[in-house]
Amino acid sequence: MSSDTDATPRGGSTAYGADDFAAEESWSTAVRLDDGHHVVGDGALPAHFENPGLPPHVERMADKSEKAAKRAERQVAGLFTLSILGTILFLVAYFAFDTAHRSWVPGLGNVSTTNLLFGIGLGLALLGIGLGAVHWAKTLMPDAEVVEERHPMRSSDAAREEFVGIMRDGGEKAQLFRRPLIKATLGGALGLFSLPLLVQLVGSLGPLPKNHLSLTMWNGEPDGHGGYTPYDKRPRLVTDPEAMPIKAEHVTIGSVYHVLPEGLLANEELGVEGLEHGQLEEKGKAVVLLMRLDPKDFKPTERGQKALSWGYQGIVAYSKICTHVGCPVGLYERTTHHLLCPCHQSTFDVTDGCRVIFGPAKRPLPQLKIDVDDEGYLIAAEPFHEAVGPSFWERG
Amino acid sequence: MNALAARRRHPAAIFLLLLLGLILTGGAYAALAPKPAIAAEASAEQVKEGQELFKTNCATCHGANALGTNVGPNLAGVGAAAVDFQMGTGRMPMAEPGVQAPRGKEVQFSEEQIAAIGAFVASLAPGPAVPAEEYTTGAGGDPGKGGEIFRTNCSMCHNSAGAGGALTRGKYAPKLTGVEGKHIYEALLTGPQSMPVFNDDNISPESKNDLIAYLKAMEEEGNPGGMALGSLGPVPEGLVAWVFGLGVLVGAAYWLGQKGA
Amino acid sequence: MSTNAYNRPAEALRSGDKPVTAPPSAGAKKLGGVAGWVDDRLGPAKGVNYLMKKVFPDHWSFMLGEIAMYSMIVCLLTGVFLTFWFIPSAGHTTYDGSYVPLQGVGMSEAYASSLKISFDIKGGLLIRQMHHWAALMFIVALSAHMLRVFFTGAFRKPRELNWVIGCILSMLALVEGFAGYSLPDDLLSGTGLRAAQGFMQSAPVIGSYLAYMVFDGPFPGEAIIPRLYAVHVLLLPAILVGLFTAHIVMVAVQKHTQYPGPGRTNSNVVGFPVMPVYAAKAGGFFFIVFGFIAVLSALVQINAIWVYGPYDTSAVTAGAQPDWYMGFADGALRLLPGWLEFEAFGYTLSLNVAIGALMLIPIMYGIMAAYPFIEAWVTGDKREHHLLDRPRNQPTRTALGVAALTFYGVLMFAAANDIMAIKLHMSINDITYFFRTAVFVLPVIAFWATRRVCLSLQRADRNKVLHGRETGRIVRTADGQFFEAHEPLDPYTRWKLAGFEGQQPLELTSGVDAHGVAAPSNGKWRTRLSRFYFQDVVQPVTPAELEAAHHDGHATEHLEAGETTKALH
Repeated sequence: MSSDTDATPRGGSTAYGADDFAAEESWSTAVRLDDGHHVVGDGALPAHFENPGLPPHVERMADKSEKAAKRAERQVAGLFTLSILGTILFLVAYFAFDTAHRSWVPGLGNVSTTNLLFGIGLGLALLGIGLGAVHWAKTLMPDAEVVEERHPMRSSDAAREEFVGIMRDGGEKAQLFRRPLIKATLGGALGLFSLPLLVQLVGSLGPLPKNHLSLTMWNGEPDGHGGYTPYDKRPRLVTDPEAMPIKAEHVTIGSVYHVLPEGLLANEELGVEGLEHGQLEEKGKAVVLLMRLDPKDFKPTERGQKALSWGYQGIVAYSKICTHVGCPVGLYERTTHHLLCPCHQSTFDVTDGCRVIFGPAKRPLPQLKIDVDDEGYLIAAEPFHEAVGPSFWERG
Repeated sequence: MNALAARRRHPAAIFLLLLLGLILTGGAYAALAPKPAIAAEASAEQVKEGQELFKTNCATCHGANALGTNVGPNLAGVGAAAVDFQMGTGRMPMAEPGVQAPRGKEVQFSEEQIAAIGAFVASLAPGPAVPAEEYTTGAGGDPGKGGEIFRTNCSMCHNSAGAGGALTRGKYAPKLTGVEGKHIYEALLTGPQSMPVFNDDNISPESKNDLIAYLKAMEEEGNPGGMALGSLGPVPEGLVAWVFGLGVLVGAAYWLGQKGA
Repeated sequence: MSTNAYNRPAEALRSGDKPVTAPPSAGAKKLGGVAGWVDDRLGPAKGVNYLMKKVFPDHWSFMLGEIAMYSMIVCLLTGVFLTFWFIPSAGHTTYDGSYVPLQGVGMSEAYASSLKISFDIKGGLLIRQMHHWAALMFIVALSAHMLRVFFTGAFRKPRELNWVIGCILSMLALVEGFAGYSLPDDLLSGTGLRAAQGFMQSAPVIGSYLAYMVFDGPFPGEAIIPRLYAVHVLLLPAILVGLFTAHIVMVAVQKHTQYPGPGRTNSNVVGFPVMPVYAAKAGGFFFIVFGFIAVLSALVQINAIWVYGPYDTSAVTAGAQPDWYMGFADGALRLLPGWLEFEAFGYTLSLNVAIGALMLIPIMYGIMAAYPFIEAWVTGDKREHHLLDRPRNQPTRTALGVAALTFYGVLMFAAANDIMAIKLHMSINDITYFFRTAVFVLPVIAFWATRRVCLSLQRADRNKVLHGRETGRIVRTADGQFFEAHEPLDPYTRWKLAGFEGQQPLELTSGVDAHGVAAPSNGKWRTRLSRFYFQDVVQPVTPAELEAAHHDGHATEHLEAGETTKALH
């Protein structure tokens, strides 16, 4: 393309290949913009540009020179050899080191030697093959583009008609259209036969919840079937996981104790056996957080004062199971008196009856009414007055 | 009958027997009862030295007599343990105002100075003392038990690996790696800033020692599987998969599709 | 083939000869014998020939699905290995392996066997890490693949069914991953199961029954681990393999789509044949993906279950997130406010949980699966499409995709709000408030910005076609004018920029056709949506416009904007 002498202010050369337009002579008269800035006339030009076809093939070095091809061959062979070396590394490492061996690697730290060497060995063994195969394809295998023609996905009309014919014919031969009784009962049977399978599955996968979501081990001893036999004596609060009873005077202001009912976990010293079955399940409903605040810190709201009255001299006990979706609410901020759940950040204000002050939970944490027994140990005066944990439809 | 038996009805016998009984019981108790973990007692000179240091370095925020101002809390009753922790980890004196005092990059006072200030603060009102060494190194502790205590009481704020966690409004529970056992004990005992108090009745000295043993064992085990990505769990792992994993594999795919040289 | 073709004039006499091939080697003869034996019994020669000659186009963005497929194969392989050592039981045991911080601790058999694999089986840790990294890469790659298919319009007829199957595969992959990482019964994944139980409980009316059904009683129970094992090892892999086989068979039957370009039309496929190029490239890529996952597992630790400890219902860890692909659901739960829970007549409706946990995934996947049909209805386009769109040439579709991705991204990042708080020293409350607003505002901004960017890019393309490439050479004419010389585009580049099809919005029709016979009408809604979809549509440059650009230089702004083409229709 040579530069033109009648260059326009907009651009240099106006010369185009002759294959672009049908009639080169009609340039100057056929197409122009009128005053309304619309294109007028088409000058025997096609409505759209035409596909120029595949661009010419550019040869690679390995296509042109045997020396470059040999170099590519060596590169591919080198990569395959790398793979073999990787395999050897893995095998040697397997027999040379045991699982306890550790190595210090800059950037990684103290790592397992077997994990490191096995992974690198296996990795090289695989990468060598992969990179070698791809490099082989790129340098030595033909890279001239190949064209495959498509056909419409649709079957031919004849085939479609034949299909319709076969189906219709089959239906007629089966006398399906003439026998409405067969049609109706077939529909019914096919529609219903999966019911036994579904009913067995849905019915037998698990027991009915009954009212078990609303009861905890603070109500009584678990009876093994989800129910509880009420206590004769109100249960003591014991620490989790050591199962030691808690004296009220040991709960100082700013303390937090993680608490379970006595009898759930074993305590060898005190001769407590703990539950044989269902420890995790009972824990999941009965865990309680015990905190002591200065009584003056409780808010003067109805909720805050009720919270104080359900406690003992500023010691209050709340369910540890978040009312959002059930994670343990463990984070007690001593200075702000807030409880934070780490899962979705629901925040509860202990000075105001554990009301939700931030986050996706709606209901405050249920409070456990506590008292002390004759020896000064904390006991649960009453079980929870509501269901603990996440909400459910029939919660009430 | 010997001389002692002959005097068994002497009026002083009862008195002597009682005295013997008291000595034996008291001695047995002293020998066998769990010791409150207290280090050496402070002397009056130490208290004086501590007061001088306090006036120079701490009184601006905590008041001349450590009774607090509107920028620093009252220190009466926090005990020598709190001083040893706050100053021993470089948190105090606080470098700049903020939501909470971060662990300091360097400790600005010597051990004796810290002990002196601790003695002074302890003299204001009774509070937790610096723990005895036998419970603060983790030696002889049971890391398995310590881990159970850690997962119930600590991991919800500090994260299972002790890598730290978020609290509300910009506060946070700091990393536990690289912290001396003594300071861990003291933090449990004194409940610095947002941290609650875990006194020796809640988590006994032996249990605290187990806890420290657990943390030391965890640090020793390191990260066998490779880079730990800060031990922050699935979030950095997902980031590595998207950025590094997809990046490298798309790079390989791009190389695969490019025309050979 | 031969590089120095005809050295001597006489060689030209050989020009019509068939090339001489070497006689088959001994090995090739043996192979031929085996092939013959199989062919005698099954007759597959024609089918194999068809497959070996198949042409696949070569673009890196077509390999994303391959990365997903190969990662899944790595998962299947390493998964089989793991089943030889893993014990899928919640039964109680006391740990006595070599990991010191957990010795003497009570835990489930599942957790103890996972610890054994990690510390006491040679290579066990590597297999576990490869399995988990491959699972992450599987879902990363399939998500990237899905985005590529969406933004290039590969889901249009005849591939709508393949798109729907792909959406199902994506959803099942999420469940498969969740089931998988919950198997070791560690503290982090157990917390996730606890949250899952909370989700089920929140379902209106049937919640508590559903939860007791899935967990065989109260949480956690002893059934969930073996049940998840059956789902993860048997049920879902079977469905995944079946569906993805259908997925790639359809690609083979319908042939792969291709980007528009010189020589590429809607009725051909341009690329390379399976034998030998694609066998080497695709086969090699499998080894590359596999090898990369192995090296990654050697260098970067993942899911350190020994650090989390065994699951206990009273313990939890800070930084409790699910694996990244569940992040969007976790983020939704963090952002939904508590006032969405309502109590009346003794019943509780927890929309704060149900919207994010139960409704989000079906609604999202439902909209995704229906999109090809919605777009076809709005555009009125019923033709087969085998040429892909450049994203800029479909501004509304691209903008919708980016807006959806922004919505998803905000939810996903919201799940990491506590990690962001400690790493960036910010308040977690502020981060949450920001995301609550962003989830509504950012997608709208993203839609508008993306659409304008696409339209601008299209106009820049028109500009380039009309005026050619800026060469950077300044020319001064004899009478003192300065201008920059433009080089007109060669036909191949011009075809790339102007070779796409122009589109028009649907017009309102009256319900009868030209002859007064009743015909399907475009209703009010359909035309309104169509007009929205094609708002500010930019048409490709026509030869007439190119011609006009050379004569009326001063009016070219209108040509560039594409306004002139409106008059032609």
